[in-house]
Amino acid sequence: MRVLAWAAMAAALGVSACGPSPQKAETTQPTVRIGGPFQLVDTAGRPVTEKALLGKPTVIFFGFTYCPEVCPTTMAELTNWLKALGPDADRLNVVFVSLDPERDTPAQLKTYLSNFDPRIQGFTGTPETVAAAAKAYRVYYAKVPTDDGGYTIDHSSAVYLFDKNGGFVEPIGYGTPAERAIGQLRRLARG
Amino acid sequence: MKPLFAVFALTLAAGCAPATQAPAAVAVTGAWCRAAPVGALAGGCYLTLTASADDRLVSVATPAAKRAEIHSMDMTGGVMRMRQLKDGLALPAGKAVTLKPGAEHLMIIGPKQVLAAGGAVPLTLTFKKAPPQTISAPIRDAAAPAMQHHGGH
Ligand SMILES: [Cu+2]
Repeated sequence: MRVLAWAAMAAALGVSACGPSPQKAETTQPTVRIGGPFQLVDTAGRPVTEKALLGKPTVIFFGFTYCPEVCPTTMAELTNWLKALGPDADRLNVVFVSLDPERDTPAQLKTYLSNFDPRIQGFTGTPETVAAAAKAYRVYYAKVPTDDGGYTIDHSSAVYLFDKNGGFVEPIGYGTPAERAIGQLRRLARG
Repeated sequence: MKPLFAVFALTLAAGCAPATQAPAAVAVTGAWCRAAPVGALAGGCYLTLTASADDRLVSVATPAAKRAEIHSMDMTGGVMRMRQLKDGLALPAGKAVTLKPGAEHLMIIGPKQVLAAGGAVPLTLTFKKAPPQTISAPIRDAAAPAMQHHGGH
């Protein structure tokens, strides 16, 4: 878990600086691979893998519907950003992956996402397949028990951007000003 | 209990009356709850508490949800962590303690009503010394966090 946390942190902090860096630095350093194979289900319960995301750039966020603040805020912002993007938004896959498959059934995810831009897809799975997906995406999360016998989930809060080949591009950190986030998404959509 | 509460309510209604000789009292201002998506299983409420004497917010209850808890929130390293504050929240005398997005909050777990903007959530706050009080927190859409801390650029 530690390692994942550091990786997530490095990703969130290191690349979010919004620098110009138009040319890809793919050869210079051994980078942490973010993204990879997963086997999840969509809000209709249909199996879905990373292959469904190839061919279009992808915007992906890992969260849970029990989350009172970071997740609904991020989904509301994503909804606003997609609106601001106009037609460019249709060039993107936008995905919310639940880190709480025990409570976030496909139906629960569907209800939750009905509040937001209909282009936001929801993926969930079993605890095992979700753990595997989170690992592939270097997303840190940890279940924390609460007094009432329930639990909450600590989790990475950034939105991750991938190119159409599944290559990691950069994160959008939580609380990023809309203007900047929309710029990141527009570059991604047009890239 | 009743009369005491009534007096206290009056004090509150009187607004900015300086905290006089009254017994331990906590002024509650700016209470609101974040509108939550339909199907959300939890919500957050926020407010500012100013105690006239050292006190502590011990617990919170609401008929609008299965339970309510006092939480902290931390975003170090891009990871969101929430913890229940089991001992409650210290309210130093005369110091306004603000529960706000991204920090301490009241968490409404298992809402029994849709937390839609325009509605309200009754919250009963229990203090270590001051008498409990029930307030009605209006439900509002939250401003995006980026609009709150405008530092960037
Ligand atoms: Cu909380």
